[in-house]
Amino acid sequence: MKTIFERPRSDRPTAFVPTGKANGSTDDRRIDPAHLRDGAPRIPTVSEPVVVRHYTELSKANFGVDDGFYPLGSCTMKHNPKLNEAVAGIHGFANLHPQTDPALAQGTLALLHQLSELLRKTAGMSAVSLQPVAGAHGELTGMFLFKRYFEERGEATRTRILLPDSAHGTNPASASVAGFSVGEIPSDERGMVDITALRAALDETVAGIMLTVPNTLGIFEERILEITEAVHDAGGLCYFDGANLNAYLGRARPGDMGADVFHFNLHKTLSTPHGGGGPGAGPIAVSEPLEPLLPVPRIEADGNAFRLDWDRPRSIGAVHAFFGNVLVAVKAYAYLLRLGDEGLREVGENAVLNANYLQQRLKESFELPYDGLCKHEFVLSASELPNGVTALDVAKRLIDYGIHPPTIYFPLIVREALMIEPTETEGKASLDAFADAMERIAGEAATDPDLLRSAPHAAPVRRLDQTQAARDPVLTYSLDEAST
Amino acid sequence: MRYVPNTDADRRAMLAAIGRPSLDALFEDIPAAVREQFRPMDVPSRSEMEVSACLGALAAANVGAGAVPFLGGGVYDHYVPSAVPYVVSRSEFATAYTPYQPEISQGTLTAMFEFQTMVTELTGMEIANASMYDGATALAEAALMAERVRGRGRVAVSRSLFPHVRRVLDTYAWASDLPIVELPYDGTSGRTDVDSLPDDLSAVIVQTPNAFGVIESLDGLKAQIGDALLIVSAYPTALGLLNPPGAFGADIVVGEGQPLGLPMGFGGPLLGLFATRKEFIRQLPGRVAGRTVDADGAVGYVMAAQTREQHIRRGRATSNICTNSALCALTATVYLASVGGEGLRVIAKRCFDLAHVLADRIARIDGYELAFLGPFFNEFVVRTPEDPAVVSARLAARGFLVTPPEELATLGVDGALRIAVTEKRTDDEIDRLVDALGGTG
Repeated sequence: MKTIFERPRSDRPTAFVPTGKANGSTDDRRIDPAHLRDGAPRIPTVSEPVVVRHYTELSKANFGVDDGFYPLGSCTMKHNPKLNEAVAGIHGFANLHPQTDPALAQGTLALLHQLSELLRKTAGMSAVSLQPVAGAHGELTGMFLFKRYFEERGEATRTRILLPDSAHGTNPASASVAGFSVGEIPSDERGMVDITALRAALDETVAGIMLTVPNTLGIFEERILEITEAVHDAGGLCYFDGANLNAYLGRARPGDMGADVFHFNLHKTLSTPHGGGGPGAGPIAVSEPLEPLLPVPRIEADGNAFRLDWDRPRSIGAVHAFFGNVLVAVKAYAYLLRLGDEGLREVGENAVLNANYLQQRLKESFELPYDGLCKHEFVLSASELPNGVTALDVAKRLIDYGIHPPTIYFPLIVREALMIEPTETEGKASLDAFADAMERIAGEAATDPDLLRSAPHAAPVRRLDQTQAARDPVLTYSLDEAST
Repeated sequence: MRYVPNTDADRRAMLAAIGRPSLDALFEDIPAAVREQFRPMDVPSRSEMEVSACLGALAAANVGAGAVPFLGGGVYDHYVPSAVPYVVSRSEFATAYTPYQPEISQGTLTAMFEFQTMVTELTGMEIANASMYDGATALAEAALMAERVRGRGRVAVSRSLFPHVRRVLDTYAWASDLPIVELPYDGTSGRTDVDSLPDDLSAVIVQTPNAFGVIESLDGLKAQIGDALLIVSAYPTALGLLNPPGAFGADIVVGEGQPLGLPMGFGGPLLGLFATRKEFIRQLPGRVAGRTVDADGAVGYVMAAQTREQHIRRGRATSNICTNSALCALTATVYLASVGGEGLRVIAKRCFDLAHVLADRIARIDGYELAFLGPFFNEFVVRTPEDPAVVSARLAARGFLVTPPEELATLGVDGALRIAVTEKRTDDEIDRLVDALGGTG
């Protein structure tokens, strides 16, 4: 791939701003010379046609959910409704400065307040903060809340967070950024939290547990109420990673399972686009004792008017410069209004039905380590494929069939894992096409393993050397060479 | 049906294939006690037209979006070339996940590599990551990184950071048991006073231009702070005109990238910039794209240095960040490609010129004066002859928004307002603002 630095240069910048009477009227010698840049930044001057063609070409080397099936486990790559984009682009939302007097920003404040209320009800909990801007940011905010909660109670000795061995990598990382140490709880033979091991680990040093429900194997923790009760009885709190909320939308609520903090991924469950790695949004819902600790400012309703409440002495403070990813919230709100309760129920039902149907079809040709009713996703293993073909080979070969690979090598407790989440926005026809492709690949593993090992063959580039990038990292283009 | 392609016939066929009698049977593994407590949101389904109208009405209630913003504080009303949102909204970019499969993510990854290059050039640093959530969390993570590198147990922070940035830093520092020493500012120049700097610091943190719009004096600062890391939060547009912090020996440069082509959006999504020295790569938070080759030797890009990250290192990662602001980083990349370095300099100079014209005119109005003598870029603080809240309200009634006095009061500056000027402000708007303040110029 060429970079913009290797495209033809223009000899003068495009005039985007007018020349007015102020131009050149002041002397930049008002700034001491040491603080003036010596010449312009060496970012090349390129004409608009070249810029547009370059980024259009780059876009064609990408694969989005609009391009095809994207069964990336735990990522809920569902369709991103185009209405969402249209409303988030409305001038009144997009061109509002965050320090606008709240009296002049009532539309956005009303929307944020109403969205918080809908999310609160969906979680079945006491209060919501929209400030966290990603799932991991919600986790971190949740860990801050745990820390403040135990500080206030004089139990700062509670410094450990427990996690099942199937947890997302962000969970232990978030706990440790917030200053907690991490203890791992093994999964039992059915892929669920080993309750005996959990009970043995619970003591007065434990601040709480971080759970994903259903877990990353796509299995609902059948003893979830026992788990949360045991943690609460031991004086701990329960964090629920909401990455897998799509599995029980319209059927159950984390608040009824014992959650004290629950994060939503608006860019997963609530259909906002992932953008190739953000911006997302990770609002949190909390149980009643944690509500006074939520980040400031809070958006409060006074009758029909909305105001910012900064007077929250027990708050952990702020976790974002302003109010979180507001334009992402606009999209999620449009989605919730569109669906309503009936639509949310339909999401959960079809997400789970699709996953079970695919699991049924694929367990004929792939190993299924944890067989049984799954929720919105399931995990296959490529370890039984012949000729040493790996999960990575299967993933790369799927690209040749025009399908985005599933999540691979996760969860860590399954060897050669292929974690598959179809979502509700795929129909039976695309599920069948995927299963057909997977079956053919399983056949190819026996008959032509090199075809898999050398895949992909139909991508913009061949298999890339990750080791070289790690050994000798080149992270920037050399503008010294490029300057002409 | 709302975004669900399955038909009733599909569902019946699929239930038969998996041997389940009903959709309800798919949820039997959820404890009955949990299912029985379920309550809906109590919200009906709506047509697309109804939702569109509802959201349109809410947007229209944002009266402030129709006013002329002389607001700043890290988020600015800069002009966005039409090509930027047009290209960025291509669904191959917008609807992709994090580039875990590099062979079909070369668009995102190549743009990340370009972005990192542009950020290092703007900041004068050696390496940059692919983005943080916003400038505030970028600064907080910079402080944590400096503590990992130096381990002295405390950092010094200029008082003249934007208060909303400082609040986030305070939260992260509290959670990490990292004490903060506050550095005062000089009441005349508005610049940070580093004369009484304590020893044993992991970092000294300043922002330029600072919360008063004043360009901090970075010249010689690095030598003055010993081997504490110098962390500078910078305004990227200003770096079109200003010598980058890297030229003054900064160790970490962060910033709010919203001015590079992003809408204000009531403050989100934003874009955290994060650049540092190559020697600190193992301590860098966040994702990084690196150059490599494919099986045929062709150049391509992948996520590099992943052993620092949460999905590999879990509890020992440099940060918990995963999803970040990739599409915002792409926006900034296309913005910078569109304007170019020369164009950015033109834009920065116009911001500078317009702001100085306005400041000079306001300073000539009876009772108004600039609060600080230090040099500024496009944002400045003026003392008002009457209660600034009254002045601010009068301006709002005339359709102009300025930073209200509370923000400055928290920084110890009373009786003043802050005004920011971008290239989008017209001569006419400036005339009318001066008029609204009671001057004629």
